[in-house]
Amino acid sequence: MPTDTRLAGPALHLADSLWQDAAIKFGNTAGAVLGFLGVLLAVFFAAGRATGRFSRPLAVVLMLGPAALLLVVGLVVPLLRTVYLSFYDADAAKFVGGKNYGWAATSSQIHDVLLNTLLWLVVAPVAATGLGLLLAMLVDRMRGQAIYKSLIFMPMAVSLVAASLIFKLLYESRGSGQNQVGLLSQLAVAVGWDDPPNWILSQPLNNFLLMSAMVWVQTGFAMVVLSAAIKAIPDEITEAARLDGATGVRLFLHVTVPMIRTTLVVVLTTIMIITLKAFDIVRTMTGGNFGTQVLANEMYSQSFEQYNTGRGSALAVILFLAVAPLVVYNIALLRKERATR
Amino acid sequence: MTTPVTTGRRRLLAVPAVLALALTAACSNSSSDGGGGGGGSASALTGDCAKYQAYAGHSGTKVSMYASILSPESDSLEKSWSEFTTCTGIKIVYEGSNDFESQLPVRVAGGNAPDLAIIPQPGLLAQMVKSGKVVKPPQQTVENENKWSPVWKQYGSVNGTFYAAPMSANMKSLVWYSPKAFKAAGYEVPKTWNDLVALSDKIARAGGEAKPWCGGIGSGTATGWPATDWLEEVVLGTYGGDVYDQWISHQVKFSDEKITTAMKTVGDWMQNPAWVNGGFGDVKTIATTTFQDAGTPILSNKCAMLQQASFYRAQWPKGTNIGPDGDVFAFHLPAVNPQVNTPVEGGGEFLAAFSDRPEVQAVQNYLSTSEWASSRVKTSPGWVSANQGVDKSLYTDPIDKLSAESLTDPAATFRFDASDLMPAAVGSGAEWKALTAWFAEGQSIQKTASDIDAAWPQ
Amino acid sequence: MSAEPTLDKAAAPGTGKAARSDLPPAKAIRRAFSSPLASALVIAVTVLWTIPTVGLLVTSLRPKQDVVSSGWWEAFVHPDLGLENYHSVLFDNSFGTSGGLMPYLVNSVAIAIPATVFPLVLAAMAAYVLAWVRFKGSDTLFFVVFALQVVPLQMSLIPLLRLFSTGAHLGSVTLVPALGLKDSYLPVWLTHTMFALPLAIFLLHNFIAQLPRDLMEAAVVDGASHFKIFRSIVLPLSAPALASFAIFQFLWVWNDLLVALTFAGGNPTVAPITSRLAQLSGSDSSHWELLSAGAFLSMIIPLAVFFALQRYFVRGLLAGSVKG
Repeated sequence: MPTDTRLAGPALHLADSLWQDAAIKFGNTAGAVLGFLGVLLAVFFAAGRATGRFSRPLAVVLMLGPAALLLVVGLVVPLLRTVYLSFYDADAAKFVGGKNYGWAATSSQIHDVLLNTLLWLVVAPVAATGLGLLLAMLVDRMRGQAIYKSLIFMPMAVSLVAASLIFKLLYESRGSGQNQVGLLSQLAVAVGWDDPPNWILSQPLNNFLLMSAMVWVQTGFAMVVLSAAIKAIPDEITEAARLDGATGVRLFLHVTVPMIRTTLVVVLTTIMIITLKAFDIVRTMTGGNFGTQVLANEMYSQSFEQYNTGRGSALAVILFLAVAPLVVYNIALLRKERATR
Repeated sequence: MTTPVTTGRRRLLAVPAVLALALTAACSNSSSDGGGGGGGSASALTGDCAKYQAYAGHSGTKVSMYASILSPESDSLEKSWSEFTTCTGIKIVYEGSNDFESQLPVRVAGGNAPDLAIIPQPGLLAQMVKSGKVVKPPQQTVENENKWSPVWKQYGSVNGTFYAAPMSANMKSLVWYSPKAFKAAGYEVPKTWNDLVALSDKIARAGGEAKPWCGGIGSGTATGWPATDWLEEVVLGTYGGDVYDQWISHQVKFSDEKITTAMKTVGDWMQNPAWVNGGFGDVKTIATTTFQDAGTPILSNKCAMLQQASFYRAQWPKGTNIGPDGDVFAFHLPAVNPQVNTPVEGGGEFLAAFSDRPEVQAVQNYLSTSEWASSRVKTSPGWVSANQGVDKSLYTDPIDKLSAESLTDPAATFRFDASDLMPAAVGSGAEWKALTAWFAEGQSIQKTASDIDAAWPQ
Repeated sequence: MSAEPTLDKAAAPGTGKAARSDLPPAKAIRRAFSSPLASALVIAVTVLWTIPTVGLLVTSLRPKQDVVSSGWWEAFVHPDLGLENYHSVLFDNSFGTSGGLMPYLVNSVAIAIPATVFPLVLAAMAAYVLAWVRFKGSDTLFFVVFALQVVPLQMSLIPLLRLFSTGAHLGSVTLVPALGLKDSYLPVWLTHTMFALPLAIFLLHNFIAQLPRDLMEAAVVDGASHFKIFRSIVLPLSAPALASFAIFQFLWVWNDLLVALTFAGGNPTVAPITSRLAQLSGSDSSHWELLSAGAFLSMIIPLAVFFALQRYFVRGLLAGSVKG
């Protein structure tokens, strides 16, 4: 709606070419999706004719093959390459044995990084999941629960970079006597704290301030999934427990929590993995300074800013090993589940 | 000439690249009416385009360029070569990114290097040359480059081989101040380091809201770089060029007494609680203030001086009067040791090629001429070349003029930004981090220096 | 705890009306948490969670001079709001690109849709095989896929870039031709697909494995091939799980910066809005009002997708993860 007639001419012309541009791009996109599905359908149709001994292996190869191939190319090979590179020097030219790991083990700077990463790995997922569980319990009986759920879930739609920018503005601090533009400082001043600290510099508080951005994004996810899990607990079970005299918090701890244990673990694991890999928040808000560096960002910085492939790769392997126990625990859980089926 | 550009882009996705190229070529042929865009062969360019004859014969080709220069500076850049691209039919596809330093090595290693890259750090250039993908410039570029002072050729070379011609230069040894405020308070622009210290004390004692200095080293993932500049200024201004060069090559370590003494000088200056951080708060706020914001208190008289490079000019709000009698201007930071002859710390950008296609070389040749440099100077202020062939009267902006004079002054002790010359692990890693911790956490000079030394690649 | 949730239960947790009979036991637990205090807590968290987004929205509606001079909450005292920033961001050449953010928004959509569909379909097929067509090593394979979630994506950038730009060769035999990276979405689609597969297979497997066994067995008895079972039984019944993963993947791709920067660059032909916004935030910190408008615009489409699909979201993620 060009209300300003001076703008109408060029704006219309521009819009015209933009729409054509968009139409062609969307055309290509639709073509790609339809082509992909079409090929699959054709393959299915042809392969579906096969019978007898070969039908099973054929199904395995055709249906599992594409995903397996992409996984090998996109993740397995790069992972092996990373392990290999971690034993080489900065330019991947000379074998240095375990030197890069030695560096990581002895550098006090890396110790701080590992400590921070551990802190993130525990605090952010537990806070997000715990808060999500609490909200899931509370929100379900409230009128207009859909609105609360949607609003709390909304940050999931925000990219981590945008979330970091939002929180950075929130923590902005000016010297005493100046007009505060950050909400946190403004609130501190409003409640009578004349000289609030420079939040982002205050160690170790700043680590938790950075984590709140992650918790802000992930709580909604935890809440929505856990709320669904709670709703799905068969009524008979709760009823039986109630007849046994369990009430209130005890019922929650002894019936609800065990019933949704698998969901809890899945949610916790998913958020942990996201937390471990996310480097955007630290990168955007502090650049890893002021004692807030985490492993994922240090790895990025070593590999892509300081061009030390060896050290970067070693850190990536450490990152992978750091979550290994988590993965093993999950696998054990999954194995039990698959076995009982 | 908007038509060929838009049609070209629209078609690109629809048809295979080869076909697209052919069509674009055909397109620019048919639509390059008055412009004399030339055909596929090196037909004669006429009229205003005649001067581009040397680059003719590549109409319809595309050259990709990757750099860290973002809008609005990149707009001026594209404008400065628009006549060249119109006349020759070579399209320069420019991409600016603030992740340039981390993305360029990824793309080069991944086999997706741009045709040309504007590299601001000789250290990164060396890194790229090591990858074996950088192509040596054509003969014409080498000849054009002779119009720069010889030291620049050295910065564009790796292990004695010349790879990248300098495109622009900037002057770092400047102190921004407000001539109006100085005049009102009766302050004189200091000519020596002692004058500078005396003036700072005077302003600090005068009381009131104003502090003598403000500063900010925040710059996203590059947080800390302005602090490296302060240290470099002091090292160069205290010991001169030789020690500075030895420092870059790590013959003089950070923990060497010379450098720690220089750090102490920086500490007495930018970490002096009575002197900083005007308009922001205490010393620590230097670490959280972005370098872009650092100078704003000068306009509201809460801060008297800011040490920042000539490119800080772009940060002043629109309508700020920049000049010797205006709202803001800059003076040359005096040498700490008066024995050192006019220390000038500078930075610059170098054009490296990853392809030797003729059209890429044509662009390389053109961008190394003083004609292009003059065209860029005329496009908009805030850009300086150290090319001797650029007429100094072209500089309309007083800051540009000041910078150009210092950068081409034969008597000056000119040195390139040291952190840009050091290995990336130090110059864009440990040094930034350690100096930031020095400012933000009050870490000791000894630890700061030894942390940086520890990161030096063996 | 032997109660296996039946398919009906899992696929339709929203049947609250039926459960709300004379004695709803689930309410007993909730009652323990029900008090005015609890309501107050939920409302407080909701408000707290919404403030940052509101701040962003308000900032994006304020004129420039207000944004630089005061905090956004001042807008409630002195309201002076308008859509000018959005107009500038979308259509003006304010950032030096003709057409503002519009082409980048188009790119984001063009990237996100195939990058959601491809992994979804491929993962569903893989998940079906892993769940129902058991073979030697299928367990191990499933665990390996699960573990691959942890691989840091940064490590894959250079190998993939090399593959796309030069292809793969064995001696003089070309195994994979070079795709070429200029002006094509294909590398971005493929990369997102690869990175999405581990989580997608894991989540979809959880759901598909819970589909009723007798349904499958009946189909096999009828002589249906695995392809037919997958198409006519598994896919329709898994719709909720597919939808919930689709939301996840769409949000993830839409908000991605790393893949976009590496494989699409800042080239307006293919680069999505995130890479453009990242450039803007670095180049001009004095344009907060335009930046916030751009950031908010980039949120609108994912929010719309979420609200459109959210009722499936819950159902899909839920199934398979409730166990005694």
